[in-house]
Amino acid sequence: MKVRAQIGMVLNLDKCIGCHTCSVTCKNVWTSRAGVEYAWFNNVETKPGVGYPRNWEDQMQWNGGWTRKSSGKIQPKMGGKFRLLSRIFANPDLPEIDDYYEPFTFDYAHLQTSGEAKDMPTARAHSAITGERMEKPEWGPNWEEILGGEFEKRSQDYNFKDIEKEMYGEFENTFMMYLPRLCEHCLNPACVASCPSGAIYKREEDGIVLIDQDKCRGWRMCVSGCPYKKIYFNWQSGKSEKCTFCFPRIENGEPTVCSETCVGRIRYLGVMLYDADRIEEAASVADEKDLYEAQTDIFLNPSDPEVIAAAKRDGVPDSWLAAAKKSPVYKMAMEWKVAFPLHPEYRTLPMVWYIPPLSPIQSRWEDGQLETDGVIPDVSKLRIPVKYLANLLTAGKEQPVTHALERMLAMRAYMRSKHVEGAPDRSILDHVGLDKPMVEDMYQIMAIANYEDRYVIPTNHKEYAGKTPFDNDIAFASRSECGFSFGDGCSGGEVKKSLFGTPTHKNTLNGQIRRQK
Amino acid sequence: MSYYINELLFGIYPYIAVLVMILGCIFRYDQNPYSWKADSSQLLRSKGMRWGSNLFHIGIILLFFGHLVGLLTPEAVYHLVMSAAVKQKLAMIAGGVFGAMCFIGLTMLLWRRISDPRIRATSKFADILILVILYLQLILGLATIPASAQHPDGSSMIALANWAQHIVTFRGGAAEFVMEEAFIFKAHIFLGLTIFLIFPFTRLVHMFSAPVKYILRPGYQIVRKRG
Repeated sequence: MKVRAQIGMVLNLDKCIGCHTCSVTCKNVWTSRAGVEYAWFNNVETKPGVGYPRNWEDQMQWNGGWTRKSSGKIQPKMGGKFRLLSRIFANPDLPEIDDYYEPFTFDYAHLQTSGEAKDMPTARAHSAITGERMEKPEWGPNWEEILGGEFEKRSQDYNFKDIEKEMYGEFENTFMMYLPRLCEHCLNPACVASCPSGAIYKREEDGIVLIDQDKCRGWRMCVSGCPYKKIYFNWQSGKSEKCTFCFPRIENGEPTVCSETCVGRIRYLGVMLYDADRIEEAASVADEKDLYEAQTDIFLNPSDPEVIAAAKRDGVPDSWLAAAKKSPVYKMAMEWKVAFPLHPEYRTLPMVWYIPPLSPIQSRWEDGQLETDGVIPDVSKLRIPVKYLANLLTAGKEQPVTHALERMLAMRAYMRSKHVEGAPDRSILDHVGLDKPMVEDMYQIMAIANYEDRYVIPTNHKEYAGKTPFDNDIAFASRSECGFSFGDGCSGGEVKKSLFGTPTHKNTLNGQIRRQK
Repeated sequence: MSYYINELLFGIYPYIAVLVMILGCIFRYDQNPYSWKADSSQLLRSKGMRWGSNLFHIGIILLFFGHLVGLLTPEAVYHLVMSAAVKQKLAMIAGGVFGAMCFIGLTMLLWRRISDPRIRATSKFADILILVILYLQLILGLATIPASAQHPDGSSMIALANWAQHIVTFRGGAAEFVMEEAFIFKAHIFLGLTIFLIFPFTRLVHMFSAPVKYILRPGYQIVRKRG
């Protein structure tokens, strides 16, 4: 057993209101530069829909993630190392920028500079790349917002696999949900595996997956290797960039920007302990449907004395072990079993998990025919098909999702009986295998969701980098260093004019359009 | 061509060009690693890349190694296997085939870079310059094939190989070997040396980062320790 710790995230989709505050604050902090206008380290998709980039979930098209060979070994779906290198001159699995969208801005200045005219001046869209006027933007990071567009296109959604989807195109049966997405900081990252330069790495101390900008050579294999399409190629710097999990904040015990600013309070951050020796084993199980359970099997119980002893031996600081015991992520994923990984069938063992959303009970309920098993409504009557959620979260296995939804319904019913009727109904809890302290804790963390319950983040112990704990030399040497940089000293990620190349573009995110020279 | 100019271009210029390349690359790698990259534009337009980029790269890599082996193998060594005349014929055929591959690819890439508005807008001066120089160099190289055909005994080839071997072994008098050679060979050599000269200031540096180490990486994952 080799114990490692990671800061994991859970998103409670039941509470996501689709406001995009996470996306916008993330963009302002991380991708407000030339070359990554099109990149959203965090984006929110309306499901069902094909998403951003178009149809990213379908690995028959993009060849992201891992595949299990007949020998039982896994390798990147793009191919083994030789095959991958043979595609370095032209990567057939690389999305084009139009699959995301051609970045554009509006000619706002025209509103003020236009002379007197008969018609109101308008601000026309211009491409951030060419500067040319775009008559009509064709796609964007959130083009299908709240079921925008025709059902025929939206229903290309990969998660409709094995579902008779036609009926969901009808107004009476339609359903939707939001899916905020960011880098999954996987235990078995396919981007790391497919990076020929070895520039992408996972940090041992907190599991954050980063790209070393000084080592990245822009071979762009990671972009197609990542099945979540959460690595973006900066076309100005020629290097790939990705979500950093706001590591300068995490190191200080602060939540990521997307979590901090989430108005729905849907995001949770906490320590997960796992057995690093069993990653490959868990990612290689034969049946895709077992991948969710296989991943939960390598998570370690932070209260188990054996685990604690092994963790101390492997250098996990005490403050992290203490935080692991209070981790909301551990509770949701392991104790309450209400959170699930996103598309475990990619075999990446993702570490950003999701609580499936409840949805209104179908129209039968309105007719007074609500089917219950006497205690809680039948989840198969929820508006969002369980199979759809299962395709998203458990490789199609419905039982765990059903169980989670039942527990969430039971929590609501129990708290209603307690607060509204004044007589807590214990029978509800027995039905879904919960007890009173557990359901009270669930209610406290999932429904009340106080700041300190959502974010249990121990600070990083830089001093452990030394030979001995609390190595003063390390701490002293790293004082007043830049917390975050793109290399070249403390570069902020702008291409600077030098002997070795001049930037071709200025930042257009300030609303200025690019003028042709 | 006067003796002095010949000595300058083919006796001294090679050392200047290679020195600038080495020092320039060291300086860039050390001081500006963020700028060290392949600078792919495939994200912005993938059309034409599959044929263009593959043909160009495979062609030029084979041409490069063909030149390396062809020019630097001592006469005594290849005579064990073949005569100079046979070697020249081999060089002309292989160079012709790989050159044609490279020519098709490079034509596609150059056309794409100049005519596609997205690629044009994101091209640095050096990106267009290097493509144009490579294109000219390739055309010059292909044009040497008929010139070589006029010396089927391999005499020109031997002269050029002697020049190259004298340069890389720091022996004097290298330039005299090419003094009497056809202009087309001289132009090809001069432009080739110029490519070495501008190498560190262009995206060509990515060839030093060819990721062969990837094959040797144990397993797939990389985990970095705190530090």
